[in-house]
Order: sequence, then C-alpha cells, then structure tokens
Amino acid sequence: MENKNITERDDVVIRFSGDSGDGMQLTGTLFSDTAALAGNGISTFPDYPAEIRAPQGTVAGVSGFQVHFGDHQVKTPGDYCDVLVTMNPAALKANVCWLKKGATIIIDGDTLDEKSVARAGFKTNDPFTELGIQDYNIIIADITTMTKEALKDFDMDAKSVVKCKNMFALGMCLFMFNKSLEHATEYINNKFGKKNPMVAEANVVVLKAGYNYAHNTHAFANTYDVQPADLPKGRYRSINGNQATAWGFIAASEKSGRPLYCGSYPITPATVILEELAKRKDLGVTTVQCEDEIAGICTSIGAAYGGHFAVTTTSGPGLSLKSEAMGLAVMTELPLVVVDVQRGGPSTGLPTKPEQGDLLQALWGRNGECPMVVLAASSPSDCFDYAFMAGKIAMEHMTPVILLSDGFIANGSQPWKIPSMKDYPEIHPPIITKLPEDEKSFRPYKRDEERLARRWAIPGTPGLEHRIGGLEKDSKTGALSHDPKNHQEMVNLRAEKVARVANYIPAQKVEGDNEGDLLVVGWGGTRGHLESAVTEMRAAGKKISLCHFNYINPLPHGVREIFAGFKKIVVCELNEGQFANYLRMSFPEFRYEQYNKVQGRPFTKEELVEKFNELLEK
Amino acid sequence: MSEYKYTVADFKSDQEVKWCPGCGDYAVLSAIQKAMPQIAANSNVDHSRFAVVSGIGCSSRFPYYVSTFGFHGIHGRANAIATGLKTANPNLSVFVMTGDGDSLAIGGNHFIHAIRRNIDLNVVLFNNEIYGLTKGQYSPTSKLGKITKTSPFGTVERPFNPGELVIGAHGTFFARSVDAEVNLTSDCMVAASKHDGMSVIEVLTNCMIFNNGTHKAYAGDKETRAEHTITLRHGEKMLFGKDMNKGLMLDNMKLKVVTVGENGVTLDDILTHDAHEKDTMIHVMLAGMKYPDFPVALGVIRDVEAPTYEHEVARQIAEVKATAKIKNMDDLLNSGETWEVK
Repeated sequence: MENKNITERDDVVIRFSGDSGDGMQLTGTLFSDTAALAGNGISTFPDYPAEIRAPQGTVAGVSGFQVHFGDHQVKTPGDYCDVLVTMNPAALKANVCWLKKGATIIIDGDTLDEKSVARAGFKTNDPFTELGIQDYNIIIADITTMTKEALKDFDMDAKSVVKCKNMFALGMCLFMFNKSLEHATEYINNKFGKKNPMVAEANVVVLKAGYNYAHNTHAFANTYDVQPADLPKGRYRSINGNQATAWGFIAASEKSGRPLYCGSYPITPATVILEELAKRKDLGVTTVQCEDEIAGICTSIGAAYGGHFAVTTTSGPGLSLKSEAMGLAVMTELPLVVVDVQRGGPSTGLPTKPEQGDLLQALWGRNGECPMVVLAASSPSDCFDYAFMAGKIAMEHMTPVILLSDGFIANGSQPWKIPSMKDYPEIHPPIITKLPEDEKSFRPYKRDEERLARRWAIPGTPGLEHRIGGLEKDSKTGALSHDPKNHQEMVNLRAEKVARVANYIPAQKVEGDNEGDLLVVGWGGTRGHLESAVTEMRAAGKKISLCHFNYINPLPHGVREIFAGFKKIVVCELNEGQFANYLRMSFPEFRYEQYNKVQGRPFTKEELVEKFNELLEK
Repeated sequence: MSEYKYTVADFKSDQEVKWCPGCGDYAVLSAIQKAMPQIAANSNVDHSRFAVVSGIGCSSRFPYYVSTFGFHGIHGRANAIATGLKTANPNLSVFVMTGDGDSLAIGGNHFIHAIRRNIDLNVVLFNNEIYGLTKGQYSPTSKLGKITKTSPFGTVERPFNPGELVIGAHGTFFARSVDAEVNLTSDCMVAASKHDGMSVIEVLTNCMIFNNGTHKAYAGDKETRAEHTITLRHGEKMLFGKDMNKGLMLDNMKLKVVTVGENGVTLDDILTHDAHEKDTMIHVMLAGMKYPDFPVALGVIRDVEAPTYEHEVARQIAEVKATAKIKNMDDLLNSGETWEVK
C-alpha cells in the first residue's frame, strides 16, 4: 500500500445502496463485520423498502445499508454519510438527502445511460448537477463492465456474472478504508464454496478486482484509516435487536428452567424474532407459526397455563389484534411476554420504518382496568437484557409483560461483548407442586404477600386441579364471582401487583450531572441519538443530562428526585408526545417541553443538538 | 390394566350448574363425566392429566362444572388456547368445549387450522344452531330462512355443515351425536380420546329458550331418531329404521336410501361403514346427509390415522437436540463469528 495519502479519521459513515436485488445488505454486513474484526466501534442500520423487489432501477426499489464505524464506541448508525456507494442513479436519487456536504459518491458508471437516468426520474442526463452535488467527490467507476471483464474466463451466464458486481463495490471500499479482504473472502468461501465452488471463486475474483482497481486508479489516491476503538477487553460478536430479543428469551428460559414457547404470526419488523427462535430446537424452543395474531397470543396463553415460559412477537397492528387476549392474560395472571417491535402507524402505516407510536396502546389499549408491565429496550444489544428482564418479571410476578422495541434497534446491529450466563440472575417462578395441607382444594388466586403473585399450578400435577378464565373470580376461593366488593378488591390487587414490580427493578439513573439547565428525557430506541447529542453538548460545557427510560410501567423509583434537579425538562420521542403526557399524569408537578418527530426516521444528532441549544438559550 | 378407577363423581365439580332447565348441555355434561373414567382407565391417565378448555357461549361454561384442570377462554379462541396447552404439554388429555358460534363464526380460523395441523384435541362442538348466551341471534349453522332477533325476515345465509367443514380441512376424526343420546355421546368421546389427532364431535343440542325443537324433526324422540338418523359403526352395514331394514347404498356416485327386501335390494347391496377409509368422498356424503331426504348420520363417521402436530413438534426438537453442538445459552452466545478485543 505504497504511494498513498492515508488520512486518520475518528469515525466514518458509509452507505451502500442499490436495487433490492443488488445484494447491498450483504455488502454492508461484510464491510461492517470486517471493520468490527479490525476492532472498530460499529453501528449499522439496514434501510429497505416495503416491497421485496420493486421495479428495477426505480427509486421505490432502492435498498440501503448504513455502517458507522469509529475509533470509539459509536452509539448510532450515523445521521449523514461520508461515503455513498450507489449501484444506479435511482439509489443516488433516493439517498442524496443523507449525504454530508462534500461527501464521496461512488457510482456504477455503466448505469449512467440515458434510459437508467430517466428511469430514476431525472429530467436531465446529468443527475449530479440536477441534484446540486456536482462539486462533491464523485467517483464514476464502470463497475458492471469491470465485473464482466474480470469474469470473462468463467463459464457463467450473464445474469450470474452481473450478480457479482456488489463484491466489486465492496473491494473498492475495503481498499479506501485500508481494510483487509480476509473476512469477506472467508465468508464467500464458507457460503458458496461447497455448494458452488465456481460462484465462490467468481465472487472472490471480483472482490479482488474491485480492490485492485481502487489501488490503481487515481480517484482513490486518498485513503482513510480509522484506528481500533478502545473497547472493553473480551470476546465480541455482532448482534441485531431482534436476534438479541430472541436470545434474551432463551436465556430467561434457561435461568427459570421453564421451556420456551413462542406462538407468533409473521409481521414486519418483528418476524426475525420468530425466525431466530425457530432455529433453536437445539435448546428445546417450541415455536408455532400460528394462523393469525390472535392465535399467536392465545396459543401462548395456553402454553403458559401449561407451564411454559411463553412469548408472542408482533408489531403495532398485531398488538391491536392481541388486545383482548392480553386482557385474558391479565385476568388469569399468567406469565407471558408480548413483544411489540414498533413501526410507523396507524394501520399498516410504514411497515419498515421506526416510530414510537404504540406506547399508549401498550399501557392502556385494553378493555377494563387492565394493567400490564411495560418495558422498552434501547439498543440492539440491550434487547437481550430487557427480553431477559421481561421474562423474569413475567414469571416471578405472574403477570403479562409488554416489551417494546422498534424497527430501528430491531434491524440495527452492533458489536456486543458476549456475556456469560453466570452473570445473570436466577429466575424463580412460583411453581407449586403439591396441595398445601391447609387447602382443601387448590386456590388459584392465593398470593404471596410481597409480590402479590399467585402460584403457578401446572396441569398434570395431582391435587392442583383448578379452573381459571376471563370471568372475574373470588379473591379467596377462585370460584366465579360477580360480587361488587370482590371485583373492586381484585381490580386493586391486579394494579398493586404491577405497581410493586417497581421494588424489583433498578432505580432510575441519570447520565451526566444530577443537576443542570436541561434534562433530556427519552425512552426506548432513541437512546443512541439522545446520548450522542447530550455527550457532545456536555463536552462543549453545557449543563445538560440525559434521563432515559427502559422501565415504563411501573416507572422506576427515583424519577421525581431526578426531575427536580433541572431547570427545564424536554421529552424527546418519535411520536406526538405520548410519554410526555404519561409523565404529566405521573408527575404533574413538573413542566415538560416536547421534541417530537413522526417521519418514519430516527432523530438525527444534529437536529437534537439544535433543539437543545434553542431550549438552553430561551 | 389401568390403575386408575374413577367414577362419575370424581369428575363433578362443586360449582352449581347454571344452564337453563331442560338445556341439552346437561346431557353432554353427563356424557363427559361418564366418558372420563373410561378414558382414564383405557389410556392410563391420572385425573390431573385431564384439561378442559372453552371459549365463550353457554357450552363454554363447561370447565367450571367438571373437576379437572380447566380454562375458560375468550370468544372463539378455545382451539387456539388448547393448541398451545397441548403443544406445550402433550401428556394431557385436552377437551375443548365449544359451540357453533364459538368455533364456526368468531373462532372459525382457529378451528380449521387446528384441524389442519391434526393436533390431538378432543373437540366437543355443541350445535344448537343459535346464539343462546346473547339471547337468540342466528348462528353459522342456523337453517336458511331461520327467523331470529337479528333475522326478523329470515336469514339469507346458507349454513355450514360442521362435518363437511372438518373433513374439508383434512380432519382425521369426525363424529356426531344428539344431546338425548348420552351413551352415544359418551362413546364418541371415548373413541375421540383413542384417536391420535384432532377429533371433532358435533353434538346436536337443543336450546329450550331460543331455538326449541330445531333438531326435533329428525332427533326429537326415540322413534323419530330411529327413522331419521343412522348410527354408523365401523365395519357394520349402514342400516337404520325401527325395523333396521332401511339402508344406504351407492347409486351413480350418490348415496341412496333403500329398503332391504324391496326392489330386489339385498343386504349385500348395503354399504359397510369404513371409518378408517382415507378417501374422503363417502365420509363427506355421509356427514352431509340432510333430513328429510336422508337419515342424519350419527356415530363416528371418520377416524383415520395421520401424524399429530404435537408429536411432530416434539420429534423435531428431539432429533435436533440429539446431534446439536449448542447445548446451552453460553454455547449459543459464543457460536458463529466472534472476535477478541485485547
């Protein structure tokens, strides 16, 4: 790697984009894994259309994958990109809004013909000038032609040859950032080597061709280096939020000794949780792909009654369908976790885009006085911890729990220091195996005094026969009861049981000082952006702190004390103010400013910093 | 021989039964309390391994009236809840108590998919052709033209025949009984419990209040039943009538009612019931027979073998586990691509 100008960078955002069928997700993943193996901090996010294969070369069919890598732990996939790799003019058009000023654009020159440019909706033959980016660092490489040339001696059909062009782009990028070809080569050989050695070889040849082309051409005279991040020592892996959620449940199953059951119906962007669990028969996981969302939760309730740790996974529209059955789980006081990977709503909304619009539905979207524990994960890897905690709370407190995730953290991935199961707490479900001597017949609603959890009597256990169901029951005998005072008592007991969960979760924390001018409040998947913005402003000397919530109902202890330490509070969320209103109800003595966004996109650090500065100056 | 010798009393709960006087559901309750001791003895099942699951409707109050494990669900979802229970806990003997509204209207989807999966549930479908608990609206099995509170000018919907629906969804067991025939209902329940896979027993029940006499024309009393129903038994000739001289034969691919000894018809011409026949054609025709042209078929109409869902789920898990490299969560966490930060 002689004759090069190597520039050191703290962090770089690179976005790969092309047609849905161009293999951009794989290209991005291979790049990010390579950077992770080199020790960089990583955060990635795939941005794909709802259509599986929209018409080729159109803006609707553009699929993207963004990688943010740095010499430190990066918290978000980055707002805007330094490098945009585009496989056609449509990808350029779709992503121009994500370019940093003066960014580098790599585009396949073979797609700049009149037809393709028109197809992408450009009015002229010069898309760069039309977009006003003619002065950016534009690298036009005839990727398709060079891919064909590299493979001219291969006995492959034209379609298969062109399919390899994403590896050419990857090769160029790996050169540009001084990364090795080793990981990508190994991956290709593992993936295709056995089944189709020629395809494997072709991909490697094209990868190298891209790398060598970048090496030889003047356009890549400047390359960049991002030093390894100072990450805590240990073994790492890459994980996305949905996978982490699935694994967190398996971990809770292992710690509780209760086999895991997942009844679910595929829905974007939650489906991967079901897919991950379906793979884990080796760990005894039972998955049932149900006929609908309602069956998803109802089979799970049946499995919970049958003694399994039961979960069901969905997104907003599915949560609506599950509402009645969630009430049944509340009434029967069975452990159950319902995952809602939120997406843009209402109705079908924006299936592949993140939003936080389901909060109030999670809290209250059921008939009757129907309290449930609500948790929210806030990063791809902490989905593991909150899935685990959701299971622990559900089983130890005998209550259904909603775990909120969103399309952003569910699909995003980051390096994760692999935890050891010995560092996770045991889970002790209140399983009863024998009828106590002081009971003539089993009393299903007898509770322990501290948690108010009832006992879990599993069918098949002699002497514990009992009946439960959706009708109100007598608090003592468990028989059907329409007694007015008993109903009041049971409503109070169910509410108090959920409220007491606050005694078993960590107190609320604040990041930064306990006092200051502005407290930024957020919850769930916005954490990375809020943290990045607050960290940057604190470094600039601003008296600003972050109070980010993972436990939504019940709210943790200590919130009031934290809020009292700040002159202003701003609640930031990707909805129109649902958490802000919940806080107004819970802690009415404070005044809450709001910062809201519902564009199917995460916050950007830039807009947050701007808003916070504005609030500080007011 | 089984060690479990229970009596009817062992399956009675301490709850007061609150159906209307004369309701057909009482007879079904007697039938199941009679069947359960036999099932326990036949299958060597302890009392605690019975579970009764229901949805919503008059019949769905059932779990409170038997002393087994019981789960009273929500409207239409009994089959889904029972699917989860049985998949999680295949050793249970799971009965689903449901009605024509619960399983054929609001819960129709769960019903057909439970059948399709062939999960080993014993479903007792109370068919009174009316919505009783909501006080008299038509159901998906109400006869065309039926006048009810929500069809004051008669329904314009064609009803489901539950048997055709079950067999159409690849059902492996279908039986039919009448509330008054407690022994037949009980026998069908025992047969259903012996069958591995989803069993559906349709019981024609009478709602005294909102649909009195809906099955009267063919199932009203003993004499009527003798003339207008046929009780099918595997391996036996399809004969009925008070003198047992009427029978069914195939004529030009259709069923035909004939009298033995008339028009040259002999006993040899009469069909022999084969409940184990995999082909569905005759079973569909039998299940579809309607009064007044045909006798209504009772007894076990279809009982064929097929792998059960819960067994297949457990088999896959056992097979994968046997050769798995990943044995616990730590193995999984460290599997695949990992790297060391030093």
